[in-house]
Amino acid sequence: MSDKLYTKTVHELHQLMKTKKVSSVELVTAIYERIEQVDDKVKAYLTLTKAAALIEAQKVDKRIADAKEIGPLEGIPVAIKDNMCTEGVKTTCASKILANYIPPYNATAVTELEDDGAIILGKLNMDEFAMGSSCENSAFFPTHNPWNLKTVPGGSSGGSAAAVAADEAPFALGSDTGGSIRQPASFCGVVGMKPTYGRVSRYGLVAFASSLDQIGPLAKDVTDTAIIMNVICGYDPYDSTSIDKKVPDHTKALTGKLDEIKTVGVVKELLGKGISPEVKKSIEEAIKVYEKLGAKIKMISMPSFEYALSCYYLVATAEASSNLARYDGVKFGLRSADSPDLLSMYYNTRREGFGPEVKRRIMLGTYALSSGYYDAYYLKAQKIRTLIKRDFEAAFKEVDVLISPTTPTVAFNIGEKSDDPLSMYLSDIATIPINLAGIPAISIPCGLAKGLPIGLQIMGNVLEEEKIIKAAYAFEQKTKWHKERPKL
Amino acid sequence: MSKKYEIVIGLEIHAQLSTDSKIFCACSTKFGNEPNSNICPICTGQPGVLPTLNKKVVEFAVKTSIALNMKKIKGESIFSRKQYFYPDLPKDFQVSQYDKPLAEHGEIEIEVDHSPKKIGITRIHLEEDAGKLVHVGSDRITGSDFSLVDFNRTGVPLMEIVSEPDIRSPEEAKLYVQELAAILSYLGVCDAKMEEGSLRCDANISIRPVGQKEFGTRTELKNVNSTKALKDGLTAEVERQIEALESGEKIIQETRHYDEKTGKTIALRSKEEAHDYRYFPEPDLVPLVISDAMIAEARKDIGELPQAKIKRYVEKLNLSAEAADTIVAGKDLAEFFEKCLKSSDKAAELSNWIIGSVTAYLNEKKIGIGQSKLTPKKLVAMLNLIEKGTISKKIAKDVIVQLLETEKSAEEIVKASGTTQISDESEIEKIIDEVLAKNAKSVADYKAGKITAMGFLVGQTMKATKGRANPGLVNQLLQKKLSA
Amino acid sequence: MTISKKDVEHVAKLARLGLSEEEKEKLTQQLNDILKYAEQINQLDTDKVPPTSHSIPMQNVFREDEAKPCRNTADILANGPQTQETTFRVPKMLE
Repeated sequence: MSDKLYTKTVHELHQLMKTKKVSSVELVTAIYERIEQVDDKVKAYLTLTKAAALIEAQKVDKRIADAKEIGPLEGIPVAIKDNMCTEGVKTTCASKILANYIPPYNATAVTELEDDGAIILGKLNMDEFAMGSSCENSAFFPTHNPWNLKTVPGGSSGGSAAAVAADEAPFALGSDTGGSIRQPASFCGVVGMKPTYGRVSRYGLVAFASSLDQIGPLAKDVTDTAIIMNVICGYDPYDSTSIDKKVPDHTKALTGKLDEIKTVGVVKELLGKGISPEVKKSIEEAIKVYEKLGAKIKMISMPSFEYALSCYYLVATAEASSNLARYDGVKFGLRSADSPDLLSMYYNTRREGFGPEVKRRIMLGTYALSSGYYDAYYLKAQKIRTLIKRDFEAAFKEVDVLISPTTPTVAFNIGEKSDDPLSMYLSDIATIPINLAGIPAISIPCGLAKGLPIGLQIMGNVLEEEKIIKAAYAFEQKTKWHKERPKL
Repeated sequence: MSKKYEIVIGLEIHAQLSTDSKIFCACSTKFGNEPNSNICPICTGQPGVLPTLNKKVVEFAVKTSIALNMKKIKGESIFSRKQYFYPDLPKDFQVSQYDKPLAEHGEIEIEVDHSPKKIGITRIHLEEDAGKLVHVGSDRITGSDFSLVDFNRTGVPLMEIVSEPDIRSPEEAKLYVQELAAILSYLGVCDAKMEEGSLRCDANISIRPVGQKEFGTRTELKNVNSTKALKDGLTAEVERQIEALESGEKIIQETRHYDEKTGKTIALRSKEEAHDYRYFPEPDLVPLVISDAMIAEARKDIGELPQAKIKRYVEKLNLSAEAADTIVAGKDLAEFFEKCLKSSDKAAELSNWIIGSVTAYLNEKKIGIGQSKLTPKKLVAMLNLIEKGTISKKIAKDVIVQLLETEKSAEEIVKASGTTQISDESEIEKIIDEVLAKNAKSVADYKAGKITAMGFLVGQTMKATKGRANPGLVNQLLQKKLSA
Repeated sequence: MTISKKDVEHVAKLARLGLSEEEKEKLTQQLNDILKYAEQINQLDTDKVPPTSHSIPMQNVFREDEAKPCRNTADILANGPQTQETTFRVPKMLE
């Protein structure tokens, strides 16, 4: 039985736990064995917390031994992207500057999982400070796509997507600032969801771009996604931007039908230039699936999308340049050995501690906010953000959900784009507008090309995660792309 | 000072708000000497933390805005990030209000040479305080070997009050700060003690030839820690600027520091880097919108302010303007005074004791009335003993010191020391008889018409009773005996 | 607008970011490329458009004024690159 435990979904594992066919200790042990087998190739993990995980698993087993009801995540292992603070466990953001940082506190999302009995396996690789789309910007090592080890897993939550795809974790948490959950989910053939901005507390998520960052799940199917959403969503008094509204039971949306979803919109601009033929073909097939499910299909034009990438890179880098100022060698993290005086300490610590992409973004962001350029860049970008929001508002008056490809292409090769920042940025073209508008979106597997997965992005209006999950689940029931697994 | 130039001063006051917790986290604002004993992930800017705004900070700022007659309070204000690298600033930005402050366009009135003058207030905004640096190896940055950072103060709420350049002399600057301090302390929003750093003041100062409309180049005087140092520092800086202009030099826009030892101002930095703070709206905080209801709620909470109180003391309680000023200047004194008035109607006498012996004692010991042992009940009881004739005013001056220093009541003190006034006629008569017997010459002088001899005999009687005899009674009885 | 190497140096100074000569050259080129692409936003007339700084509009989120002791002060100090007793020590500051 236990030899294939690691392949199972959260809801399958829950059944096994509930019926006492498997214990949390057995499950945790099985996953670590799997990690030992494949992580040399995939390189998804930065830190493993095996000893602590086994102790926690024992505790859960004791607790559920005579419990009548157990929670849906009780005893289920999870892995966490390394930009969420875990008290007492190294949290590096895949950066040299935080290589030895041990947070004195837990991120709220991590606490939520622990309170519900989930067992933390370890911390996952990512692009440094979540800046990147390939996981190549990790200061430690790149993560490889389990479908083809020569290709990238996407980023920045590349470790999260790869770990779930390679059965190294039943599910994982990632963070999404411009597509950092959905793009790697698409590249690795798993389900990744970015909730509405403010739906999941950002407290303890190391900030990249505060007005865009959002934590979300990466899972093996839509059912698991709904279960995890129920746990991590909710108001947090420690996050002033978190939404103080009741969280619905997302699993109620798993009907297999479209129900109240009458019209599915297709974003015209995201099926045009820059989208590869195989991706376009898969999306056209997805449209047919929705037609079969009874939806009316409507092409929707989003004229502001053309400006979204520019807007994003100005807003996100400006906020990042400010959020990353605190890594200065004074209170935590790296201090350069070459620090004869304070100013030298600042310059040398930040030069040695940050990688090229982080430096590039700090520079761009600092420039966009500097005297004389604020109005032309930052303020202008904030205004364009309004236009993008308005485009979505108008669209959701006509359609219930919108669909598009998650990424213009399938996973690219490691090293292919690492020297061309602009072309790398362009791989986020379909995901970025969602963060700028603050709306929720999901990426689900919808095809394979050259042995690599293709992702379908489904977008909904603010706080309409249930509609998205409903549309995603109905698609999943009809297609089974989520059953495809990489051979490792 | 020269009559040729007009002085132009504007003040920026930073008031530490007396909340229990910091502006963006739950750390206490009251801490002892141990560095970094009052810190948490949030106020040390750990990766991933977020700020949450303390409601009381907003309430205090709204109260102040009402008291300072701010025309714009209602509506939106925004927190921004003011970015610069400094080790006492854990996030390397300060959260502060910038282009949308909490309140704008107000004024306060001060009294200059017995006539009222209005000083405009440009704006009031909220921000977080920075930590503290100790430079080791030197008492200043220059020449130090290294520095130590303490984040206890980081995140203590600050309210910045910026005046218009309406102040025309160092004396006016001092009066403005004193008035503002009194208002803040009456509102209960700030301790307002410059010496302790709960009120800090930076002054922008320039001079221009009388009649000229444009302002001269200004300098900024930073880190003065008393109203006296502010006045002296500004006076010294005015003199320096006049001298410079008279000798054909230009004033350079720079930050200066007043050295109390030399009585001169010195430039702090010669090559000041042009600041580019790269302000932008703090994405982790949502807009603050002050409503009419919030303003009405704050207004309910505002008690009598200093100017109104002085007026009432003079007009209704018949205190002298000076006495009223002195009592009102300290909120604790005024509260003490008003508590006394609940069980006594002797306002004049109470005020004399409070601004006399009590204030003298407190000043000498450098404490507030709250730190002394004197209570309104004890003071009123002492006044009653004087009225009943149990003790003389002279004795009372000794008693009050003990009231200030010990837990004892006036009655207990008097009983223990046997300093009760002697008002028993037969006892006094006995003593007078002894005095008269000893001073036969004076008795004879008096009888011969030398009336001054009476004074000597009264004095001798008082001396014999160690001042305890009721002086009225002594006079009365002596007259009777001598004319018998 | 084009960025010169001098601009790059100025911005690096604002950001307290030490850069090698090679990095400065490369960044000058890359920032120019990115900004050239970003120039397209100027095609849009946004004079009457208000800026969005929060995608989900909210206002007046407060915390009550209650002081609570922090349980992990020691862990905060433990992360310090150089501490002296309970302070963080930094190298000398030059004026």
